[in-house]
Amino acid sequence: MQENQQQMTQIRWHGRGGQGAITAAKVVAEATFKSGYGGVVMAPTFGTERRGAPVSTSLKISREKIYDLSPIRFPDIVVVLDYLILNEVDVTVGLKPGGLLIINSPRPVSEHSFPDFRVAVANVTKLGIEAGLRKGIVNSGIIGALAKASELVDIEMLSQCIAAEFVGRKPQENAKAAQLVYAATQICGPSTGDSNA
Amino acid sequence: MPDSRFKILTSASTSGPGDAGRTGSWRVERPIIDLSRCTPAKTGKSSCHLCWLYCPDNVVSKTIEPTIDLEYCKGCGICAEECPVKAIEMVSEEEFVKGTEDE
Amino acid sequence: MSEKLIDSGNNAAAMAVQLAAAEVIAAYPITPQTPLTEKLSEVIAAGKMDAEYVAVESEHSALAVCIGAASAGVRAFTATSSNGLLYMSEQLHWAAGSRLPLVMCVVNRGIGAPWSVWNDHQDAMSQRDTGWIQIFAKDHQEIVDMTLKAFRLAELVHIPVMVNYDGYYLSHTYMPFELPEAKAVQEFLPPYDYTHTLDPEKPESLNTVTLPDSRNDIKGIKRPGYMDIRHNLHQEMRQAMELWEEIDADYAQRFGRGGTPILDPYRCEDADFVVVAMGSIANQFHVVVDRLREEEGLKVGVLALQIYRPFPTAKIAAALQNAKGVMVYEKGLSYGNQGALYADLKSALYPYANRPHLHNFIVGLGGRDIPTEDLFQTLKTACLSGDQNAPEQADTPQWIGLQL
Repeated sequence: MQENQQQMTQIRWHGRGGQGAITAAKVVAEATFKSGYGGVVMAPTFGTERRGAPVSTSLKISREKIYDLSPIRFPDIVVVLDYLILNEVDVTVGLKPGGLLIINSPRPVSEHSFPDFRVAVANVTKLGIEAGLRKGIVNSGIIGALAKASELVDIEMLSQCIAAEFVGRKPQENAKAAQLVYAATQICGPSTGDSNA
Repeated sequence: MPDSRFKILTSASTSGPGDAGRTGSWRVERPIIDLSRCTPAKTGKSSCHLCWLYCPDNVVSKTIEPTIDLEYCKGCGICAEECPVKAIEMVSEEEFVKGTEDE
Repeated sequence: MSEKLIDSGNNAAAMAVQLAAAEVIAAYPITPQTPLTEKLSEVIAAGKMDAEYVAVESEHSALAVCIGAASAGVRAFTATSSNGLLYMSEQLHWAAGSRLPLVMCVVNRGIGAPWSVWNDHQDAMSQRDTGWIQIFAKDHQEIVDMTLKAFRLAELVHIPVMVNYDGYYLSHTYMPFELPEAKAVQEFLPPYDYTHTLDPEKPESLNTVTLPDSRNDIKGIKRPGYMDIRHNLHQEMRQAMELWEEIDADYAQRFGRGGTPILDPYRCEDADFVVVAMGSIANQFHVVVDRLREEEGLKVGVLALQIYRPFPTAKIAAALQNAKGVMVYEKGLSYGNQGALYADLKSALYPYANRPHLHNFIVGLGGRDIPTEDLFQTLKTACLSGDQNAPEQADTPQWIGLQL
């Protein structure tokens, strides 16, 4: 199947209802837009979200205006806010070979076996608590892993946008969570085929 | 301001006698005011005037001794219904026809 | 200075209404419109917008409040979606017949039953005969620009304007747009000076029983009958198209965006086949058109219809004259017949001898996914099939993406 000819990075976010995947995608949208990407589209999948149910969000990033608002089918990057979702949802559906899979998980990267993909892992839940957040706040922290593994946008810009988004809700702690995760993220390249790891 | 090329036709009517033509001919009962009971007539003050307020065709004058313009009064009887001192009586138009014949 | 930002479509609409300095906002919450009027109530409560927010008990009342406000000479705004719009329906006709310059955003959503919160155009299409001007935005920039221009149009022609944008695809999606500077908007859209408003000093009755025939009023001035008033609404709605173009030209001069107020063509100059669509799906077709040209060598274009009522009969017929085939993709239909836009388009082309062959596709009802690949395949097939079908078969809409 043919892909868009436009140079575009497509990121699909998987989380649970109430976990803040949409907010995380929104922060990254804001930061990439402010970093000079003229085409940024964050399209949440709405309507069936209930607290705890698996949900997903699309984020498309391009230098040029994006005309196609349909949901992402072939992502370059998949972000998973809770590793237990891996048991429920096939999060890698459509992920391009050599694509990037980012997981919040307490296990080391070596225990997540996805030979076709680059895998980035951090214990975002634990680092969030270390940064001073309530247990279970992971949407700010996971952004640090995305920044480290994708090099799409600068962690400084992301920290600013996190602080702006979380005004009145521990802005500094949320930004710190992203920074701690940025430092702690482990990355493992694909084990088969020609890779860009 | 709207653009001058547009007419903007709407339906609006200003209250006043005659908006539906000479409606006096529609009348089958005529309102007759008993000035000995009518509040403004009795007190000489511009008070009450509920007949003026309620008349749907604006044919009652807001004067001391209210008057009714029979050219346009269609005889609906609202003034008689609303008068708090029952000073207005609706009299059959036939009475006035007979009265003319008797004279 | 204008400001470039990234936000949701609902917030873009709210910012435009704030810039337009609406003075009365009355609305009832309904998905996916809710965040728009929620935002407006927040800015009003925070003292950032000098307006009265009237919380009402229904959409019918929401529009009734706006009708009252506009009758008293105040700039008023409301917004709704889906069944909320239908609940307003009686008042929609009333606002148009009263010739009030209202603006309403309709965040398009499928109609129940069965209940759906997702996008299609059936809500707006079902109200196409109310006498409202209907415009359709394709992205957030158009939501902002069209809303501002809609106030100006409504106030110049005294016909209410409905600004439509797709639920979720636009309302809840974040994308960049430019917000004009407040002072420049004020010059483009100064406070409105009504020539005729309700005035206790000069009492009158508005829109009471209006006789079939014209009549002389108490001053002996001839007043129009019902049919005359309705004819005038129709004529001036047709005439409003010209004003819409003038307003767009003025807006373009001030803000640097415009030029496609009625039809927005993409790669149509040499196109043998032209897609006609409204709203965000027309933008989605850009990538389909590019691919069909590059991979299949088909000369394809897409023509976005920006204004649906009044229908740009002559302009659209002229734009499609040189096409061999025209494919109408729409998110709604006249049940028991075919797509409403398709039928309108067919009627516009009827007088022309060289009219193109036509195809009608129904897509995305109640939020059914519209994969770009499906658009690519159906459009490709339609281009290659030519006019081989029997007339009745060719005229029957094809439903895309059914899961029967």
